[in-house]
Amino acid sequence: MTSANDLTTKLEAVDARRRWLLASPALLTIFLAAIGPLFIVLAYSFLTPGDYGDVKWQFSPDAWIGVFFERDIFDDTLSLATAHVDIFWRSVKLALITTVATLFFGFPTAYFMATRNERSRDLWQFLITIPFWTNLLIRTLAILQIIRNEGILNTALIKLGMIQEPIQILFTDTAILIGMVYVYLPLMVLPIYASLERLDFRLVEAGYDLYATRWRVLRKIILPLAKPGIIAGSILVFIPAIGAFVSPSVLGGGKNMMFSNLIELQFGQGRNWPLGSALSITVMIIVMAALLVYVRNNSAKDERHA
Amino acid sequence: MIRANRMTLLLAALIASTGIAHAEGELNIYNWGNYTSPEMVKKFEQAFDVKVTVTDYDSSDTALAKARQGGSGYDVVVVNQVYVPIWVKEGLLMELDPGQMENFKNVAPEWVNADFDPGRKYTVPWAVGTTGVVVNGDAYKGDADSWSIVFNPPEELKGKVNVVPELNDVMAAAIQYVGGEQCTADKAVLKKVRDVLVNAKADWIAMEYNTIEKMAAGDFKATLAWNGAGFRARMKNPAISFHYPREGYGVWSDNAAVLKDAKNVDNAKLFINFVMDPENAAMNSAFHGYANGIAGSEKFMPDTMKNAPEIVIPAERREGGQLQRLCSPEAQDLYKRIWTDLRK
Repeated sequence: MTSANDLTTKLEAVDARRRWLLASPALLTIFLAAIGPLFIVLAYSFLTPGDYGDVKWQFSPDAWIGVFFERDIFDDTLSLATAHVDIFWRSVKLALITTVATLFFGFPTAYFMATRNERSRDLWQFLITIPFWTNLLIRTLAILQIIRNEGILNTALIKLGMIQEPIQILFTDTAILIGMVYVYLPLMVLPIYASLERLDFRLVEAGYDLYATRWRVLRKIILPLAKPGIIAGSILVFIPAIGAFVSPSVLGGGKNMMFSNLIELQFGQGRNWPLGSALSITVMIIVMAALLVYVRNNSAKDERHA
Repeated sequence: MIRANRMTLLLAALIASTGIAHAEGELNIYNWGNYTSPEMVKKFEQAFDVKVTVTDYDSSDTALAKARQGGSGYDVVVVNQVYVPIWVKEGLLMELDPGQMENFKNVAPEWVNADFDPGRKYTVPWAVGTTGVVVNGDAYKGDADSWSIVFNPPEELKGKVNVVPELNDVMAAAIQYVGGEQCTADKAVLKKVRDVLVNAKADWIAMEYNTIEKMAAGDFKATLAWNGAGFRARMKNPAISFHYPREGYGVWSDNAAVLKDAKNVDNAKLFINFVMDPENAAMNSAFHGYANGIAGSEKFMPDTMKNAPEIVIPAERREGGQLQRLCSPEAQDLYKRIWTDLRK
């Protein structure tokens, strides 16, 4: 009896060990690529900046104070870091507008794709993914060619006699938005398409049979069923948009920053890596908190529905 | 003929067997973007059978940060003179002793010795230039020989001015504009500088490096920039001109050096010697648009450059040039804080 028991425990132990071993590549990847580097960033945020970038291994809370307060250069007084708040708010605002705009253009596109016959759907999906094959920077530079003062758009409008002077689009928030909407649009279209593709269109027909208006069908049947796709798309667009770097750098002219440019500045000419690290963590915490609140609220609502 | 071939083969075998330094026949150059003549690189590749790779950087601080991490894989690096003492102090550069090289005799007398590299132990001249104002004459016809073009733009240029985001150049210009001393740490002066910069920013359209193409295309109508960029923009658009501000302007040099952790040391040294040859230096100038500090290179330069106002400083402005140097750590820290204040 005892030996049999021994055997099972031994087997279980072997089994457990094997499971750990098999899981180890995944665990290692998660640790080395995701959690580990985060700890390094966290550690750096509590160190002293080196003279020419990098850090000195001396503890200092200055970086975290610097996230929220700024010390006046001339009289050394502390005041709230309104510049950081402004830049953060700018990033959030641009990311939100980008999300709404991609949804506005992306939903009809996805709906169009999902309502084609099955064979041509693959083609449409393929067409949407094609831009991904071109480097992000090149796509952004192409936008620059279109919207600059002597670019395609302004030249065409002037030739058509619609305007006399070129419209200044490049180096404005509008330019950044155009760049981001274009770049992130596929990230919105594809998840919505995925949920619409599974939609049972007999439900839509049933709605019409019961004398629902088009608007009502869209609101009461299609949108609720597409909701998971819309949420996934919005998250996929909003999060990278808040950390966008290429569009604001290339199209924004480097004068008005988004949060990622502010962080880059600390690692470059600002020579303040700890502050850069602290700012990175701050923005991460804020985005994560916002997502958590959102998910909580959402699941609570779903439960009520059930 | 056959004997010569055999000799080359033997030589090649010998070089190959002596090993590591010559190993792959490679050379990696780290330089400002749009600053290395492709023709000159090709000539070097063919002359020495070396594969050259050029990597760009976009600010002195980026370059410094990357080199400080070590293992960058670069052999030759081009460093602005203000930063040379930092690179030396941080132990990033190899003591080259270029004075022993065959072509060092070509270095122009005023650049044989340099404050930033006493006795020229580490670096040789790559380019020599000035920092001033570039204006598009179609947009503004008035007097442009002043920093006020950038720091208090005339009505026609408001919202059309660019400023290159290079900390030292912009700070030096703003200090000249308010009449301060180079490298000043006087807080009263610097407060004025900060106010001038922050107020002026409202009239700027961008802070970008790419001034040549964007001036030529009319995206900017004026910019704080370097003379070579002004020259190249004028070649593309004749309405453009470079101006030396009467309040004073910066004179600087960029210098080629070899990194201490370079892998292809022999090739790097060959290259350093190569760029001091007047004909090769002229090829470089023809590309980047700056003078080069190598005597005798003028006669190989394109005609458009020989008497160009961007290269030959007009007599009435010769006095105003101010050789840039590394400021005290105290001043540097203040400048850095004003700069981050300005940029955000």
